[in-house]
Amino acid sequence: MGIDNLPVALSVIRPELILAGTALVCIALDLLYKPADKMPCWAIAFFGCLAALAATIAAWGTEQEAFSQLVRMDNLSNFFAVVFLMAGMITLCLSASYVQREGLMAGEYYTLLLISMTGMLFMAQANDLMTVYLGIEIMSIPVYVLVAMMQKSPKSPEAGLKYLLLGGFASAILLFGIAFLYGAVGTTQLADILRHAPRAMRASDPLFLAGVGFLLVGMGFKVSLVPFHMWTPDAYEGAPTSVTAFMSVAVKAAGFSILIRVIVLTLHPMAATWSQIFWWLAVVTMVLGNVVALVQENIKRMLAYSSIAHAGYVLVALTTGSQLGVQAALIYLFIYSLMNLGAFGVIIAMSREGDQGVHIEDFTGIAREHPMYALAMAVFMFSLAGVPPTAGFIGKFYAFSAAIKAGYIGLAVIGVLMSAVSAYFYLRVLVVMYMKEPEAGPEYGAGPWGATVGAGVSVSLWVCALSILVLGIWPGWLNHFAHQALQGLGCLL
Amino acid sequence: MEIINQHLISVLVFLPLAGALFVLLFLRGSQKEAVRWVTFLTMLAGFVISLKLFLGYDADSTQTMQFIESTPWLPEYGIVFKVGIDGMSLLLFMMTTFLGPLVILSSWRSIEDRVKGFHVCMLLLQTAMLGAFVSLNLFLFYIFWEAMLIPMYFIIGIWGGPRRIYAAVKFFLYTLFGSLLMLVAILYLYFVHVKQFGFYSFDLFDLYRVHLALGPEKLLFLAFALSFAIKVPMFPFHTWLPDAHVEAPTAGSVILAGVLLKMGTYGFLRFSMPLFPAATEYFYPLIAVLAVIGIIYGALVAMVQPDVKKLVAYSSVSHLGFVMLGLVVLNVQGVEGSVIQMVNHGLSTGALFIIVGMIYDRRHTRLIADFGGISKSMPIFATFFMIVTLSSIGLPGLNGFVGEFLILLGAFKKSVVLGVLAASGVILAAVYMLWMFKRAMFGPLDKEENKSLKDLDPREIAVLVPIIVMILWIGIYPQTFLRKMDRSVEGFLTRTGQNTAPPVQPLERESLFMTESISVQDFGGQGHGNR
Repeated sequence: MGIDNLPVALSVIRPELILAGTALVCIALDLLYKPADKMPCWAIAFFGCLAALAATIAAWGTEQEAFSQLVRMDNLSNFFAVVFLMAGMITLCLSASYVQREGLMAGEYYTLLLISMTGMLFMAQANDLMTVYLGIEIMSIPVYVLVAMMQKSPKSPEAGLKYLLLGGFASAILLFGIAFLYGAVGTTQLADILRHAPRAMRASDPLFLAGVGFLLVGMGFKVSLVPFHMWTPDAYEGAPTSVTAFMSVAVKAAGFSILIRVIVLTLHPMAATWSQIFWWLAVVTMVLGNVVALVQENIKRMLAYSSIAHAGYVLVALTTGSQLGVQAALIYLFIYSLMNLGAFGVIIAMSREGDQGVHIEDFTGIAREHPMYALAMAVFMFSLAGVPPTAGFIGKFYAFSAAIKAGYIGLAVIGVLMSAVSAYFYLRVLVVMYMKEPEAGPEYGAGPWGATVGAGVSVSLWVCALSILVLGIWPGWLNHFAHQALQGLGCLL
Repeated sequence: MEIINQHLISVLVFLPLAGALFVLLFLRGSQKEAVRWVTFLTMLAGFVISLKLFLGYDADSTQTMQFIESTPWLPEYGIVFKVGIDGMSLLLFMMTTFLGPLVILSSWRSIEDRVKGFHVCMLLLQTAMLGAFVSLNLFLFYIFWEAMLIPMYFIIGIWGGPRRIYAAVKFFLYTLFGSLLMLVAILYLYFVHVKQFGFYSFDLFDLYRVHLALGPEKLLFLAFALSFAIKVPMFPFHTWLPDAHVEAPTAGSVILAGVLLKMGTYGFLRFSMPLFPAATEYFYPLIAVLAVIGIIYGALVAMVQPDVKKLVAYSSVSHLGFVMLGLVVLNVQGVEGSVIQMVNHGLSTGALFIIVGMIYDRRHTRLIADFGGISKSMPIFATFFMIVTLSSIGLPGLNGFVGEFLILLGAFKKSVVLGVLAASGVILAAVYMLWMFKRAMFGPLDKEENKSLKDLDPREIAVLVPIIVMILWIGIYPQTFLRKMDRSVEGFLTRTGQNTAPPVQPLERESLFMTESISVQDFGGQGHGNR
């Protein structure tokens, strides 16, 4: 092993260092100078993310392990880092006016967001189960706080507490799994586990199998797979909307980054076992997510169930355990991030102080008052439903084609049927926006919408909507990067 | 100019899209007239340019697929922007570009709310429909096929009648459900092709070569057929159609009946049947029986409708039953009849919906009982209505006859029972159409509101005249159009493994249309011969 060359080792975690440093500057600025408006904090956070993104992109193509192989930078980690940072930057843009409107503690808010992203970057780079665990905790604890931050609303602290309790429970189970694995193979290094896995499989070592099972439960919780999804609707509904956007995208992608790294890649020798489990998890996740979303009245809750369903589609791709499948999952997560952030962006723009106006009926008639927001929402809804020529279709196309190629035709059929079901609740939003007229003196609807629409929201909606349309027509480059992200990971088929 | 010649089809497909972007970006919602004019001129330009395609198509060439363009899109997956046109898609393509400007003209005064959005939707729809007719790559086809849903959904849902939301959602979900299963089938076929030939390709002609065992072939055929049968719509998948037709605004109904339904039959013609010939053979009885049920059921239900628009909608079910029957009997007469009947139905039913729209704009009702004696107050209108009605019934000398006659000829050659049952549909069509016409247009002019109705204005006449011209042209000299597809139909029959019968000589067929007596003898004789 030897002692690492420190500058090299630090260069591996350069994006994390940048983000952590920015977080410190941000909180220090907020505490020491107490700027009246929080724009300096916001700007520091945003440019910190931008710098981290630049560092990540500059490192594209390098493969380097550091700190006694605790972390590993490769294209896969860089791909995920780009997704996290992109999601983080869009979240920051969505947050600027929202934080002010809802009176959240801005300095803390931005700092926590940055720390959480630091944890995600560690998860993407994890090369050891201990790093996995540390990354998860660094990511999760700030998010627990963020969820509970909206003190004015009684739902928010409740959501935070639920998330904290269940999340803590899931982390404990994950840690339990790590301990079992350590007991079975005597190491926490992923490379070593890969080496020991075939032997443990042959011996059907119960310790090893139980360990893998516990890991799966912990990760399933983070990406909200059914039956580990119970926290999702409540947490998503209660959290400040910008935080919901961030959780539904970045936290989920981070969960998938370790799912891919630890289960799909490291435990590839036992693919036959876990792909059966994935098959069932994917089916129940898609079915429950989509079916329950049908009856939701609160749009945040509907999108919570929809995000569960989308985790199911990603899992369809991963069930195959093939290179094409993992590539499809990466593409899906990238596209999903854009469309989901966009959808929450419109909700932020259209809702009122105190998170009012997040009922689906509240969107009645916005097509007349705010045609551009309605149009953007239409793009996001069609994309989430997977209708061409939006990017959502491309994501589903890759996911289902991976499944069919690997022979999981039944899974693909269930998947497409469920996306037909999902079209119903996404269309409902379009129906109220475009086809219904606001009635006089209604309980819902008829605005006023979006009392505080900042420039950040508009810009991020434009970015999301346009990139969804462009990706829907020219998905080639994303496919190219996803392909590169998997090169050099020799353990795949 | 050179670019237009080199990429004629792409130019035609994307011209409406360019128009839509122009309207979206450069015109404000309040500039209603400008929006209408830009849309109309874009559509008109599309039609004029498409004439070049019609004239340039070489009907005698052995290369039936012409004007092929191929541009790599995602080449590593075998996804190529490949378009081309053959005799069969040519006619449907022309019909679409022909109806485009007329539809815009017809709804010039009936759409006043959100004019910009409506016209953008119409233009986007036009691009998607044209694209679907010329795609030779299954991935490309699927994109256009699905993309059609979005503008149509908005057209029905925003500008439709009182139950528009229900109709729009039903239309969208029904069609999406079918298409998604087709997507799975496309992907399966694609990977079988990779296994057999070792390279990735969504190209239709590559996929034609895939060998399948009968079991999977049947399943794939069903997945494709379900998607297309919903679109046609074939009995029993037709329930979305009356809702969608009745609730859609006039322009939407015209496009829906005129072009969108043809997507389904065209899908059978281009994809399901040539891709899965053995399964087509296997499912022939099922489809033929469903087609005949559609013919008779559609006609019977149409007969009792109190609402003219609903009557026309159900008559579509009946007419499309004819088209499907002509396709599955798999002989030259049947298939050529089907293709020409698709065009006929687009023209006649399109015109009927326009006419219903015109009377609705004046009276705000579509119930037959509210009319009566209209021919006295609106003589010009009555004349047009009569011609279109007769064309829809299939009066010799008008277009409907050519298509139905050829289809029946083909049906009799395959099975007399099917032929007889289908022919009864022609009689029923005469019953429901003429009865409706009599009740609405003749009789005493006893309702006060009907006495003061204004007859057609020049704009409305300008909408109907081109359609009437085409109705007469196809009725009197169908050779112009049939000739374009002779070779393509032969190619289609060869691909489906049915080209054992000698092709019809052009001379013989021409004689069929001269007098009715010769033709009746003729198909009787051939029917016996074949059995």
